Amino acid sequence: MSAPALIDAPAADGPRRWHRFSVLERIGRSTFYLLALLAIVWSFRTIEIIPEFLVDAPTQTADLFARMWPIDWKWYPKVVHPALVETLHIATLGTILAIAMAVPTALLVARNITGSIVLNNIGRFILVATRSVHAMVWALFFVAVFGPGALAGMLAIAVHSVGFTGKFLAEAIEEARPGPIEALRAAGAPPLSILIKGYWPQVKPAFLSIAVFRWDINVRESAVLGLVGGGGIGMALDSAMSNLYWDQVGLVLLVIFGVVVVTETLTTWVRSRII
Amino acid sequence: MSEFAPAPTPTRTTRRDAFPPNWPFRIGLLLLALYVVYASSILDLTWPRFLLGLEHGQRFLGRMFPPNVAPDKLKLLYDGMLESLQIAILASVAGTLISLPLGFASARNLSPAPLAWAARLIIVICRTFHPVIVAILFVKAVGFGALAGVLALTVASVGFISKLIGESIEEMSMKPVEALRATGASFLSVVVMAVMPQVLPRFIGFIAYELDSNLRNSALVGIVGGGGIGATLFTAFQRFDYDFVLTIVLTVIVLVMIGEIISGAMRKLFQ
Repeated sequence: MSAPALIDAPAADGPRRWHRFSVLERIGRSTFYLLALLAIVWSFRTIEIIPEFLVDAPTQTADLFARMWPIDWKWYPKVVHPALVETLHIATLGTILAIAMAVPTALLVARNITGSIVLNNIGRFILVATRSVHAMVWALFFVAVFGPGALAGMLAIAVHSVGFTGKFLAEAIEEARPGPIEALRAAGAPPLSILIKGYWPQVKPAFLSIAVFRWDINVRESAVLGLVGGGGIGMALDSAMSNLYWDQVGLVLLVIFGVVVVTETLTTWVRSRII
Repeated sequence: MSEFAPAPTPTRTTRRDAFPPNWPFRIGLLLLALYVVYASSILDLTWPRFLLGLEHGQRFLGRMFPPNVAPDKLKLLYDGMLESLQIAILASVAGTLISLPLGFASARNLSPAPLAWAARLIIVICRTFHPVIVAILFVKAVGFGALAGVLALTVASVGFISKLIGESIEEMSMKPVEALRATGASFLSVVVMAVMPQVLPRFIGFIAYELDSNLRNSALVGIVGGGGIGATLFTAFQRFDYDFVLTIVLTVIVLVMIGEIISGAMRKLFQ
């Protein structure tokens, strides 16, 4: 908690009264609560929900799971396995490409490397813009440009990840201690040497941790890109769903679940060793 | 070096390479490069294809500019955005209401071990599936429209927020809790007087972030039938209305930025 603002009320009536928040803070908080309440009520009253669908929901859900069972394992080696491998390649390549693009952007954003505020803000805009558009929307773009397939998915993953990786990378660079950098500069090291020998050793743990974390997220994301034509296991999911083969849908969902659990365990282990 | 050191024969022990080559790192980089080449060949990523794509991309960009701001399109945009906003708000409210008890249950310092593990299992399941996949299932269960979107984003929020809530409860100081317990306070009193003051500011930050990410994701669930601006966006793509696509994407970016400013103000208010 931040330090509570202790304001004494007019001491006319007996002992001084202490309040945790100042008057302004209390007005701000009350206004906020009121606005939040209004927003919630407004959303509830105006959102379009079709009641017939709601009544039907339990039967539909039961039907959905009944159709998924038993799961069609025969389908795995033929279609799902190659798609799964493709998904992992998309995620990994996408992460590598994202880092390749995020490093220069992060250098542009970091105030201790790029002195110009204009350039900082240009870099920051790139980070926010790439992050705000979701990977799936990027995939829609790249599918329109490059045609459906792994290339579109990989580029979507890469471009969307630039914002995330670049932001944390820039923060890590800004947190670097200036001592070693000043020592290198005093010795007359050229800028590239300062980057490699001064910043890199300090940023390395954060860098690896960000890369591994983003890879984990990207495995999850790349699993759904196929729904819009981005390649990978999402394609298998999409074709199974359009054919209404729900036992195959169940298989794909199970495989995705397994892969995500494995990658998350793996990345948690790697990160705990890095940090 | 030699200008400053007059000794002509530096022994091996006195001279040390300040920057020894890091061979494991170099080999790692080489392996990475090899992987990139290998994976690119597997995925059939070739240079001519990329160049062809760039050509398409030029035409594509040409069709996107200028953004379409015809009144009928703006009406569609406005309706979609409004619905997205409603989806995001409702999903955040429902997500928070479910996450609070679940987060408390998952904190190992407050709840008994079996309960904590059960709560953790629920959280992991919610977190594992991408919102889009959850949305697909809900679209099948409750039909096309905003409700499926709200439910899908609620599940995603629960997975995300209850984990953070559980972690921040585990990180808090146990001293006030022990002090209150020593006075014989009930569990509810312990929560209200010892736990909440410590974790509330962080909770507000989480909720602000949740609203933010739900707003972003609500553009997503629409692609698979979950309503909101995503549905409008996907339709625009399918109809090759690329100029309208640009309008939508720009509006989403601006809205997300505004959302970030608001959530920043919210955090400051409650710090």
